[in-house]
Amino acid sequence: MEDDAPVIYGLEFQARALTPQAAETDAIRFLVGTQSLKYDNQIHIIDFDDENNIINKNVLLHQVGEIWHISASPADKGVLATCYNQISDSKVMTCAAVWRMPKELESGSHESPDDSSSTTQTLELLCHLDNTAHGNMACVTWEPMGDGKKIISLADNHLLLWDLQESSNQAVLSSSTSLEGKGQLKFTSGRWSPHHNCTQVATANDTTIRGWDTRNMSQIYCIENAHGQLVRDLDFNPNKQYYLASCGDDCKVKFWDTRNVGEPVKTLDEHSHWVWNVRYNHSHDQLILTGSSDSRVILSNMVSISSEPFGHLVDEDDLSDQEDHHQEEKSKEPLPDSVIATYEEHEDSVYAVEWSSADPWLFASLSYDGRLVINRVPRALKYHILL
Amino acid sequence: MEAAAGPGPGLGASPEEPEAPERRRKAHGMLKLYYGLPEAESAASGVPPDPRDPTDLNGAHFDPEVFLDKLRKECPLAQLMDSETDMVRQIRALDSDMQTLVYENYNKFICATDTIRKMKNDFRKMEDEMDRLAATMAVITDFSARISATLQDRHERITKLAGVHALLRKLQFLFELPSRLTKCVELGAYGQAVRYQGRARAVLQQYQHLPSFRAIQDDCQLITARLAQQLRQKFRDGGAGAPELAECVELLLALGEPAEELCDEFLAHARGRLEGKLGGLEAELGPSPPAPDVLEFTDRGGSGFVSGLCQVVASYQELFSAQGPAGVEKLVAFARELGGRYFALVERRLAQEQGSGDNSLLVRALDRFHRRLRAPGTMLPAAGLTEGATEIVERAARERLGQHLQGLCAAFSGCLTDVRQALAAPRLAGKEGPGLGELLASVSGAILGHIKASLAAVHLFTAKDVSFSNKAYFRGEFCSQGVREGLIVGFIRSMCQTASGFCDSPGEKGGATPPALLLLLSRLCLDYETSTISYILTLTDEQFLGQDHSPVTPVSTLCAEARETARRLLTHYVKVQGLVVSQMLRKSVETRDWLTTLEPRNVRAVMKRVVEDTTAIDVQVGLLYEEGVRKAQSSDSSKRTFSVYSSSRQQGRYAPSYTPSAPMDTNLLSNIQKLFSERIDVFSPVEFNKVSVLTGIIKISLKTLLECVRLRTFGRYGLQQVQVDCHFLQLYLWRFVADEELVHLLLDEVVASAALRCLDPVPMEPSVVEVICERG
Repeated sequence: MEDDAPVIYGLEFQARALTPQAAETDAIRFLVGTQSLKYDNQIHIIDFDDENNIINKNVLLHQVGEIWHISASPADKGVLATCYNQISDSKVMTCAAVWRMPKELESGSHESPDDSSSTTQTLELLCHLDNTAHGNMACVTWEPMGDGKKIISLADNHLLLWDLQESSNQAVLSSSTSLEGKGQLKFTSGRWSPHHNCTQVATANDTTIRGWDTRNMSQIYCIENAHGQLVRDLDFNPNKQYYLASCGDDCKVKFWDTRNVGEPVKTLDEHSHWVWNVRYNHSHDQLILTGSSDSRVILSNMVSISSEPFGHLVDEDDLSDQEDHHQEEKSKEPLPDSVIATYEEHEDSVYAVEWSSADPWLFASLSYDGRLVINRVPRALKYHILL
Repeated sequence: MEAAAGPGPGLGASPEEPEAPERRRKAHGMLKLYYGLPEAESAASGVPPDPRDPTDLNGAHFDPEVFLDKLRKECPLAQLMDSETDMVRQIRALDSDMQTLVYENYNKFICATDTIRKMKNDFRKMEDEMDRLAATMAVITDFSARISATLQDRHERITKLAGVHALLRKLQFLFELPSRLTKCVELGAYGQAVRYQGRARAVLQQYQHLPSFRAIQDDCQLITARLAQQLRQKFRDGGAGAPELAECVELLLALGEPAEELCDEFLAHARGRLEGKLGGLEAELGPSPPAPDVLEFTDRGGSGFVSGLCQVVASYQELFSAQGPAGVEKLVAFARELGGRYFALVERRLAQEQGSGDNSLLVRALDRFHRRLRAPGTMLPAAGLTEGATEIVERAARERLGQHLQGLCAAFSGCLTDVRQALAAPRLAGKEGPGLGELLASVSGAILGHIKASLAAVHLFTAKDVSFSNKAYFRGEFCSQGVREGLIVGFIRSMCQTASGFCDSPGEKGGATPPALLLLLSRLCLDYETSTISYILTLTDEQFLGQDHSPVTPVSTLCAEARETARRLLTHYVKVQGLVVSQMLRKSVETRDWLTTLEPRNVRAVMKRVVEDTTAIDVQVGLLYEEGVRKAQSSDSSKRTFSVYSSSRQQGRYAPSYTPSAPMDTNLLSNIQKLFSERIDVFSPVEFNKVSVLTGIIKISLKTLLECVRLRTFGRYGLQQVQVDCHFLQLYLWRFVADEELVHLLLDEVVASAALRCLDPVPMEPSVVEVICERG
């Protein structure tokens, strides 16, 4: 079984922001935001044609500034939020806004490939998340599986919960809390848990991970010194409600059970520099993707702490065929936790990795030099998990 | 005569050979012929002559007629003539032979006749004398008969009187018996009394139907009972020594007391005494011991309890040997129980011995203990005393090994504490103080000393003159598993573990462990890998040449472990030091407002601090690790300086010309550069040399700088400041690393990234940068 070669797409600018189009479940589509101080920044809508191995792109202008973070609405394909730098009077301010892309781009209109001729389209601003009182926006995260009306944004030491009004034209700060303590506390990253009716949010500041209840904005748990150095990113296990992955500048990826925060459940130490991104596969949570500034992307198979530690459990009636049964038994023996693959297509630091929302076996990684690489889970492993 | 004549013709027939053997053979042949035996010999002579052949001259069935006929028929005349003359000659020879024989035998006949005649005379004389003797004897018989008849009467009376006398004496003895017994009992001559009693008992038993005897018997029984009573009393009192006791038992046995009961009583009594001794020992143990040392303790136990036990066992076996297996079992149970209690006491005492480190005393004490128990052990193998003792000794030895291991580990952590103090101290007291090299030497010396001391101490257990040293355990398992594996290998392992423990300290942020300690430990482990481990193990193997061939950890495994530990420690050192430096850099980048900063006039203080720290680290590592290999390269760093600025200048040049393809060009140079340079592994494993360590630290620091710069936005002067800082770093850092290209690459990238993140990328003139750096 030969694996498909990775597909590489180059952007002209530096880029850090990458997100799958969360509301899209059929087409493989990623959004990339660029970082350029000198030129107009863009949002590239990358459509990947899985059958033909072809990438189609559409470019949207994002003129307000360089994009540090991007996230797509889980309900509306056309809506996304960005965090961007705004420079005025030699002051840098990171703001956040919710945008709507032109209707025809929502589901990847495949126009003529030579889009250089076509005029670049612009995003339509839906609303600003007003942060004048709160400071720089570090990230924006949507309520998962919600109706796309709730957003949480992290601004310096504030955790802000916004309600988007009708047709998302206005964002109203519904509640907020802030972190108090010595020195300048700054949130670096946040993630909204898909469990517990979407009432929990985890945030990272410095070396600490905190969990919050969005109903009353109170702290639920706190993992002090989760990493030796700065925590860069978090992700929730989509199938196991108390499991949380984190990564940071100590080159480690740690897995936590939020009910018992004294010790990590598991630690991975494969990268040789800061780990910027960690992502659980949405369907098969043993697959962990990490991106690091050592320019590598690593796919790990953490079977022992996944929701299916003994392989895919099949119902009795699925085993009608004797042969099937045979195969089933073979796959019952779990693979040990291991690194499945190290992807070295990048030549600069990888700041973002994301699974596709449509195809659970496909992921994209983005390095600072603007290289987007689309890769697939090795087939052997895929079949091992499926069969 | 006939017999003599018989062979005559044979002799004649045998031609011209009258020699004795031949003649004898002929005689034999005749005899054989007579008895019908087959002529065996003749078979050899080819033609077997038929014995019944009538033509055979010497045969029994010789028929002269047939012979003559045959001759006449068969032979020619000449042969007939010959045989005739031959025949004549033979006949003549036979005649002369006969004559000689007759003469010879004649004399002998005469002699024999004379002798017979003489004998006849003598016998006649003897006959007369015999007749006379017979007559005298008859007279004597007569007289004797008469005397007997006369004495018969008296003889009977005397016999009866003698019988009466004996009976009377016996009776007298019996009548006197009670008083005698009483007297004996009074005098304490129990032995005598018992003997009397023994003699009289059967008689009294027999005649007890007679009233008088019955009375005596009753009396006797009374007295005997009293006697037995007294004996028992004495027995119970226990004042007497063992031999007397034994006598008592003997007497009691003779009195027909039940042996089993006596066994029990004997043992009970012995138990009392031995328990007293055990009690004494226990008191010595005491809750608050002004206890005698362990040697004295075992001595006392040996002379008191063990010898007592020996006596008891010996006398028991002597006295109750007739009791069979049941008696022996009792004794075994007894010995086992008391021995067990004794062992328990000894173990308690040994347990108290734990703290103090004097092995020789312990070994001597154990030796005594073991030696003493051999006597009762051999007397009573079933009680398992020797095994018990050996077990205790083994346990003590094992415990000792454990203590030594603990001691070694404690010594090691003690050394570490000393090092920590020494590392902390000189900063307070100025520059003076031992350097890392001396510290390392002192630590490794101290540990080696401790190991040797432990080995020497443990070696006492296997000394030739120690009684238990030839036990299988001490010859085999103790040496290989105990000392080599348990003590030495165990210690080296725990040392490695303790050392690696410093790598896993949860407080990774500054780290409670001073980096110098990490460095020192890493060097220590490396030294162990290269030489010390094999030295120690050789030393151990020499001293403890065990016969045990159970598998032991090979030197290579240990060395690999030590090397791994050393590597981990060094890597951790690099990480910790790199973190310290990169934390400085990060703070300096994060806290500054790069947009509004002023035109750079100086290298920022933090860069100077970075260089200073790196130099300090370089010195520190240099104390313990060799220089290492550098990539051969010209040390002219100014050559590269230029390229940094050329690259950033190029960006400046491209910047104003806005075309859609322009940004690609901006990156082009650095991308091409990257294409040809190898990927930099930032936290890559370190080699054991100074350059590699420093390279690691610098890589970590510069990569941090790069990542931090990428997160900021710069104004023109911000970029220029970065330029100045990087040039400064370049001037000073290249000399520390294995491959200066690496520093250039990373610094280039920092400046390039800063330029990219700059709103107004106007780089500073290289000459100005140089001037500023030289001034700083």
